[in-house]
Amino acid sequence: MNYRRFLPFLILAFSLSISNFLFAQTNGNSTSTAGENLNATKIENKEEGKEEKKGINITELVFGHVSDSHSWHLFTIVKNDTKKEIPVAIPLPIIVYQPDKGFFFFLSNHFEEWQNVGGDSSFSNSYESNGTKFHLEKKMKEKVVAEDGKPVMDLSITKNTLSMLIGITLLLWVMLTAAKKYKIGTVAAPKGFQNFVEVVVVFIRDEVAKPNLGKKYLKFTPFLLTIFFFIWINNLLGLLPGGANFTGNIAVTACLALITFVVMMANSSKYFWSHLLNPPNVPFLVKCLLVLIEVMSLIIKPVALMIRLFANMLAGHIVILSVICMIFIFGMLNVFAGWGFVPVSLAFSIFMFMLELLVAAIQAFIFANLTAVFLGQAIEESHEHAADNHGSHTAIESNAHAIENKSK
Amino acid sequence: MDLLTPEFGLFFWTLIAFIAVFAILGKYAWEPILNSLGEREKGIADSISIAEKVQKEMKQLQADNENLMAQAREERTIMLKEAKEMKDRIVNEAKEQAKVEANKIVIEAQQQIQQQKMAALTEVKNEIGTLAIEVAEKILRKQLSSTDGQDAYIEMMANNIRMN
Repeated sequence: MNYRRFLPFLILAFSLSISNFLFAQTNGNSTSTAGENLNATKIENKEEGKEEKKGINITELVFGHVSDSHSWHLFTIVKNDTKKEIPVAIPLPIIVYQPDKGFFFFLSNHFEEWQNVGGDSSFSNSYESNGTKFHLEKKMKEKVVAEDGKPVMDLSITKNTLSMLIGITLLLWVMLTAAKKYKIGTVAAPKGFQNFVEVVVVFIRDEVAKPNLGKKYLKFTPFLLTIFFFIWINNLLGLLPGGANFTGNIAVTACLALITFVVMMANSSKYFWSHLLNPPNVPFLVKCLLVLIEVMSLIIKPVALMIRLFANMLAGHIVILSVICMIFIFGMLNVFAGWGFVPVSLAFSIFMFMLELLVAAIQAFIFANLTAVFLGQAIEESHEHAADNHGSHTAIESNAHAIENKSK
Repeated sequence: MDLLTPEFGLFFWTLIAFIAVFAILGKYAWEPILNSLGEREKGIADSISIAEKVQKEMKQLQADNENLMAQAREERTIMLKEAKEMKDRIVNEAKEQAKVEANKIVIEAQQQIQQQKMAALTEVKNEIGTLAIEVAEKILRKQLSSTDGQDAYIEMMANNIRMN
């Protein structure tokens, strides 16, 4: 029974070690394939685009999908007679703040981007209110700019924000429903969906919190659980067709990393600081260097967390998009080549999708696990101080061992 | 690159959303789930330890029972042995006593027989004596009833005296 229960996590733990390696490869591949594609399209655009305006700008397409947007773009209708591109999108609320003029609320369809004739990527339409004009600057990323040139604080409910709101609504619904079944004082076995929630909760508690956090693990388990489920559900939502690339956005991962950093600092022990600022039994010169490195590592830890999640999720999205775009790149060369490439591209994107499903869970787990490792170092009171570089590896290894032992 | 510069708006909403989710789930999901998980685990562990304890006690009890049984069996054999010994002793004693009694009775009987024999003999002697005297008297009377007899007797008496 134990074996069955831990089998998925055994696989998960195994794939962790593999996936980092594998993902490093796919990362490399993805950037190179994406790069090739982009180059290819650029050349094609130069050759064909000017003559026929038929080619697709792959760069814009891919980065338009992975970056945030002020409207939820669904698809684009191209009118046959006029060659007009009409985007079909859900308008989202825009909230902007200017220090001297206060808040402005309006819907993003005021920018009327979907009535624009396609092609010109840096177009903008303006919205005017109380004598202040805003327009949407579209480069690699959308940006709300005031026409008077004054700074604008953009607090809009963007595509990513909305996706996150959907994600947390789902998360709250699932977890609160599951939590209702737990009544204090009952020793009943879990039923139905509760099983799934419980397996993951127990896994995070026993395999992430317990080995890394020592005695006080129960205090931080809720935090780790929230991080894990928050990232996981948003990773999965991002994989849905038309979904937003929420966890592949650096603002999101920066926010999560900052929260981790704050929690780490708020709970750090005296022992941790004394060892960090005054490592014992070290000659003076080495000590200076060591303290410098340790202080840097303090910042590097959350930055590593931030970049790891961001890069992994972004790369995954870019790879899938690039693979799908390859159909159109081949299609532009030759109609038959395009149709011929469909099965290859589909097969590869299905494979990538499966991998991404795995990666969604793995990245959430890694984020939670590394958070636990860093937290464990910060709250440590005992005499053993694991080297930062080996922390994650040993933690993962010990997890794998723990799982193996349990399955036996 | 644009992709690497975080947008403030998304950062802001993520921060608020995460803290809200953490607060809500922490209070209404993780706490009850973790608490009841812990309780359940404790319950299971307690049940197991109680079961183990009971099993141990059962084993102890069984061992005790076996000990008791063995003891009882031993006692039974001892008692049986004792009873047999006692029976033998009593039988032997009775036999001895009976022998003694019988001897005593025999001796007494012999003594009585002797006594009665003696008494009978004495009586017979006395009877014979009386009879002899009566016979003698009768003879004497007959002999001395006539003058001749008296004379002969006197003569014989006188002869006896003379002889002496």
